[in-house]
Amino acid sequence: MKLTTLMTSAAMVLGLATSAMAQDKTKVGFVFVGPVGDGGWTYEHNEGRLAVEEEFGDKVETVYVESVAEGPDSERVMTQMALDGADLIFTTSFGYMDPTINVAKKFPNVKFEHATGYKRADNVSTYGARFYEGRAVQGTIAGHMTESNIVGYIGSFPIPEVIRGINSAYIHAKKVNPDVQFKIVWAYTWFDPAKEADAAKVLIEQGADVILQHTDSTAPQAAAQEAGNVITFGQASDMAQYAPKPRVSSIIDNWAPYYIDRVKAVMDGTWESQDTWGGIDSGMVGIGEISDAVPAEVKEEALALKDKMANGEYHPFTGPIKKQDGSDWLAEGETADDKALLEMNFYVEGIEGSIPE
Amino acid sequence: MIRLEKRPQPSRALSLSTPIMAVLATFFFGGLLFVVLGKDPVEALQTIFWQPIFGEYAFYYRPQLLIKGAPLVLIAIGLSLGFKAGIWNIGAEGQYIMGAIFGAAVGLAFYPAEGWYIFPLMVIAGALGGWAWAMIPAFLKVRFGTNEILVSLMLVYVAEQFLASMSLGLLKNPEGFGFPGSRNLQHYAPAHNAELLAGSGMHWGVIAALIAVIFAYVLLAKHRLGFAIRVTGEAPRAARFSGVNPARLVLFCLGTSGLLAGLAGMFEVSGPSGQITIDFNVGYGFTAIIVAFLGRLHPIGILLAGGLMALTYIGGDIAQSNLGLPAAAIQVFQGMLLFFLLALDVFTHYRLRFGAAEAA
Repeated sequence: MKLTTLMTSAAMVLGLATSAMAQDKTKVGFVFVGPVGDGGWTYEHNEGRLAVEEEFGDKVETVYVESVAEGPDSERVMTQMALDGADLIFTTSFGYMDPTINVAKKFPNVKFEHATGYKRADNVSTYGARFYEGRAVQGTIAGHMTESNIVGYIGSFPIPEVIRGINSAYIHAKKVNPDVQFKIVWAYTWFDPAKEADAAKVLIEQGADVILQHTDSTAPQAAAQEAGNVITFGQASDMAQYAPKPRVSSIIDNWAPYYIDRVKAVMDGTWESQDTWGGIDSGMVGIGEISDAVPAEVKEEALALKDKMANGEYHPFTGPIKKQDGSDWLAEGETADDKALLEMNFYVEGIEGSIPE
Repeated sequence: MIRLEKRPQPSRALSLSTPIMAVLATFFFGGLLFVVLGKDPVEALQTIFWQPIFGEYAFYYRPQLLIKGAPLVLIAIGLSLGFKAGIWNIGAEGQYIMGAIFGAAVGLAFYPAEGWYIFPLMVIAGALGGWAWAMIPAFLKVRFGTNEILVSLMLVYVAEQFLASMSLGLLKNPEGFGFPGSRNLQHYAPAHNAELLAGSGMHWGVIAALIAVIFAYVLLAKHRLGFAIRVTGEAPRAARFSGVNPARLVLFCLGTSGLLAGLAGMFEVSGPSGQITIDFNVGYGFTAIIVAFLGRLHPIGILLAGGLMALTYIGGDIAQSNLGLPAAAIQVFQGMLLFFLLALDVFTHYRLRFGAAEAA
């Protein structure tokens, strides 16, 4: 069995070497979890791909496969790209983590970039964005804008990434409005317009006049527009078609600078495995135009907060912060380290309800 | 004037040839679709159907066909028994999920123990999980006359919630930094449904699918129960007169299809997929319905149809990557296949008549 494994991988590497020699273009593959037209997560990754094409022109060839299920299907798609001579492959969903590592083992000469995961190898880098910084800005606006003092939050899955966003938004809403209350609905999907619309409607019925979402479609925006006096924030992409109201601002995932950097590193032969967690400072997390529906002084405050995070003066998780159960988490002036942030699995004090298990 | 007239007997020749005609019609209209999208239709069809089997990297894709096709065939065989008898299990996706959860849970419970008995126990648990989930609609139908289509379908969504709960709670990897998803069974040898020969794609699920095909063939051709299934589907009244017990048939058909779907889920989670995750299920249970009908509810037909369906998935992904075809175009292409099959199917039962209706 060992021998056959060896032979198969040898054949694969050989196949790769011959096809790589046949072309001097750098070939970059992208594996997408949703359709490129989702208007959110995958859309922004695809914008990054297009930016790579624009930057390097003839020197680069990009390929992509969209709506790839996590698990064996993604493993097959990555292998296929590697066999067809890709030099660099971006795998853009958390669930691609183990498949990426598996395929990377078989193709030691191909570089892999896995979004939002934690497993790395000599030819596998990871990258993600500090969206919680954007959530701090949203929380500030939400706290000021809500009249019912009820902020609705559409969660996708109760994982650290999402919980971090909820906590950050809550802390900053509470700071400007001590009476604010968060209602959280779990949609158990990253992208499902019907479910997201339902979730938004439920929250609005429960009195929420601000909706934050950690799902990728514009359905909650449409539901808010229909309901009237409700504001929302674009998620992953700007969702500017719903501006100035309900959409009053947004978090924009801007992968383009990172993708261009990494492709260039492969071209120059300087690519190395690394872990990148970019925030507002590096431009990976963008804050969409704050619309005129927000009063000027609130807008100013939000932008000031954004600037303070960009130049490193302020960390959204700065103590004193207690956990939901009342136990101490961060002491006065203490800031959370990245490890604690990455593994966050608790609500901060004041949020009602429990994280589903 | 054109009208449809029911044939006294379904045409046997057409029944056998419609799948081929449907495939040809799909080639033609799918080709047109690719032309409209600005792609070379011959190249596109060649990429989808030829490359995975005979292309440069066929050594990789051929095993993948087994991996992708096996769960489809295994589930579709179970479904076809019920479908033949007019018992509609639409919830194989849920039974697939439950089989995976039960199987994986048993494996994870033993972690990190070693032992040859772990994998067989997981197989039994997986089968049991799928069977039990299918027995809910079966029991409700037999006892209270509920509609098994609705109940089995609704239970898919329940199973999905259960899957999410397991990924986030009970079965979550304790060393996974709080991220959802279980340990990867590929890294736990006693519970790993590994390829029997590395690089061949042959895992226990493929073997199980082949056994199921033979089992179903013998059952339908030789066994009294197979006769009961066929006669119930074709003439329910006659079936009752010949002593078929409808309740037992419902329990058997739903139970067997649930069991096979559960096995498929178990072999998938312990092998190609490796993990219980929130998005573990990718629609095999629903696609298997297409496979069952594409294969004319016949075991050998299902084997071929499963292979064809797997081919369109694998070739479709290659076409996306190499030709820049959008995923939606591939899905439309797959949809055409079922559409033409059902459309042409009308002609096995009806014939076209030209001219005015005869006076009665």
